[in-house]
Amino acid sequence: MTDHSEVDTVTGKSTTGHEWDGIKELNTPLPRWWVITFYLTIVWAIGYWIVYPAWPLISSNTMGAFGYSSRADVAVELANLEKIRGDKMVALGAASLADIEKDPALLALARAKGKTVFGDNCAPCHGSGGAGAKGFPNLNDDDWLWGGTLDQIMQTIQFGARSGHTKTHEGQMLAFGKDGVLKADEIVTVANYVRSLSGLPTRKGFDAAKGEKIFAENCVACHGDGGKGNQELGAPNLTDKIWLYGSDEAALIETISQGRAGVMPAWEGRLDPATIKAMAVYVHSLGGGK
Amino acid sequence: MNKTVNPKDLTSGDDDGPLYAARKKVYPQSVSGTFRRIKWGLMAFCLGVYYFLPFVRWNRGLGAPSQAVLIDLPNSRFYFFFIELWPQEVYYFTGLLIVAAVALFLLNSIGGRIWCGYLCPQTVWTDLFYAVERLIEGDRRERMKKDASTDPMKLERISEIVLKHSIWLLIAWWTGGAWVLYFNDAPTLVKELVTFQGPMIAYVWIGILTATTYLLAGYMREQVCTYMCPWPRIQAALTDEWALNVTYRYDRGEKRTSVKKAAELRALGQQVGDCVDCYQCVAVCPTGIDIRNGSQMECIQCGLCIDACDNVMAKIGRPKRLIGYDNDINIHRRQEGKAPIYRIVRARTIVYSVIIAAVGGIMVYTLATRSLLDVNVLHDRNPVAVKLSDGSIRNAYTVRLLNKSGYDRAIAIDVEGPVNPTMHVVGADSVTPDRPIIVIPRDSTSELRLLVTAPAENNPEKSIPVRFHVMDIGLGVAASATDNFVSP
Repeated sequence: MTDHSEVDTVTGKSTTGHEWDGIKELNTPLPRWWVITFYLTIVWAIGYWIVYPAWPLISSNTMGAFGYSSRADVAVELANLEKIRGDKMVALGAASLADIEKDPALLALARAKGKTVFGDNCAPCHGSGGAGAKGFPNLNDDDWLWGGTLDQIMQTIQFGARSGHTKTHEGQMLAFGKDGVLKADEIVTVANYVRSLSGLPTRKGFDAAKGEKIFAENCVACHGDGGKGNQELGAPNLTDKIWLYGSDEAALIETISQGRAGVMPAWEGRLDPATIKAMAVYVHSLGGGK
Repeated sequence: MNKTVNPKDLTSGDDDGPLYAARKKVYPQSVSGTFRRIKWGLMAFCLGVYYFLPFVRWNRGLGAPSQAVLIDLPNSRFYFFFIELWPQEVYYFTGLLIVAAVALFLLNSIGGRIWCGYLCPQTVWTDLFYAVERLIEGDRRERMKKDASTDPMKLERISEIVLKHSIWLLIAWWTGGAWVLYFNDAPTLVKELVTFQGPMIAYVWIGILTATTYLLAGYMREQVCTYMCPWPRIQAALTDEWALNVTYRYDRGEKRTSVKKAAELRALGQQVGDCVDCYQCVAVCPTGIDIRNGSQMECIQCGLCIDACDNVMAKIGRPKRLIGYDNDINIHRRQEGKAPIYRIVRARTIVYSVIIAAVGGIMVYTLATRSLLDVNVLHDRNPVAVKLSDGSIRNAYTVRLLNKSGYDRAIAIDVEGPVNPTMHVVGADSVTPDRPIIVIPRDSTSELRLLVTAPAENNPEKSIPVRFHVMDIGLGVAASATDNFVSP
């Protein structure tokens, strides 16, 4: 602030004293309207503090003169959204599953809704895209334990499998080894027999006739003649290429010895009927639906 | 060189000078001449286009908007006569902005601030507001006298002021009104607006634009150019020594004298300047500056001082264009007795023209050759591939079909890549087996879930490039998209 009371001889105006490469900055005053606008913005800011929540206090904050809250705004927006969706979800609830798949608008809604709900409720076991994991079926393929039609899928979602619900799917793979029904060498033999059903290689010296006999005595009741499976009992088809618990000999021995009884919870009561419908359509549309 | 002065000599009497500067009100005098006529013409053209364009109709067939220029925000469509743009084609606007910017640079390197002086909305509306002011309150001297008067106002003066502001507000209101018509069917909206059944947002925007027009053209005026607009600063950096700007030809004008003295001195055979210090150039200037001080940031180069000076030169019998479109190079050349040279075609203007032609050409080409049928494909991420019970492999894709035409299309989808593929579209019944046919309504998109299944033994590769062909089975128009068919 030493040399700033200077006057530029060309313009006759005072300078700020700031100099760059020999050029001094003129002290040009701001236009009046600009200064007034600037002060108005400060006044506006004070008004803002009063009207809206602004200042942090020890344990809360100032609430604003009219009790505005952005969280309340969100609640209102969400309620509006539910209202808008409401009509469409009613239409979804009223339509039959087959009709939903035929109506592009309803299908799009069901898929969108189904995807969201699937992500929230089903993804922990079945994976975000329904790809499944060991013990948790892949919902994209065409192999269904309890049936892959729209109605069957919906039934499974509603009541689950071995869920304890009165209408749930029952039936389980018995623990033939643990319960002493089959001896260890019999289990190895029948495991190799099961592998042979789907064309997988078998152990050297494996007695196919013995395997067939054990299979007929113990397994056919649920898995059917030739091991084609039975969806009534959730007994998998043993002749296809899809294995819920793995197809190698060790995995099969484990399955036969220890039994299998995966649980799918019932969603009736937890999700509303329209949502369950949407989810059934979504799962069906993943690609494997019959 | 700066000299140290007593701080008391400064206007405010303190070290920092005044805190703010009050606006010096400008009272531009009316003027007639070539540039004034050009300005009137351009003003009529610009305002005419702005106010009446929304009412121009354009037939696009049943169910489509019939407004030539329409920004349809709810349906995300932009219509410009025969062109219809979708949101994903926003790059045409990017191209348009590039062309506009470079065109501004080109105009600047040829004739200075042509945009500022003749075409900028701020200039056009301010000019219109000045014309209204002049019509009601009289010309420069009268207005200055009326503003300076301290006598109590008489009814006549009050009615003048009321009338002026009423007309200003009417123009401002119409400006806002025309604005909203670009966003909705104009005749319908006008009907709704006058019967007070228009949407609230329309009234709000009319209000906002009425206020800004009234404020910016009625009060802020040249201050918008001086303080708010970045272009004067950028323009000064972009100009060069060959650009023609509104220039006072001091080689001819200096030394300034009075008409009488000039005649006497000329009679004695002495060299005298043509400028007679009549201040007409200052009186007509809408930004209130003196062009004789040289190129200034405040000068919008509207050319009115050229008209004012030409009129004076005609009266005193001296050649016209003491003020004209010129540059310093020519002033110096004339001082040295050389003929002036004008170089419109030079590296700068060529480069700008090439950029404009290139960007414009690319835009026109892409617009002319763009397909009104398009397809985008997105492979499922989870699971990437699914093994089916018979061992075959299935991949799922989200396919988005875009029908930009004004009629429904029946689209057949074919897949090329995997050996022996079968296709299924979720929710769509195929008319022909393995060749899904989908109907997409006019001017819309359809999203489909498409499943492609192929036997594993025929497709042993981990990833096979796959191409989806979609074809309008009625018209034969086709489009395609590529992705991959993946094995687990």
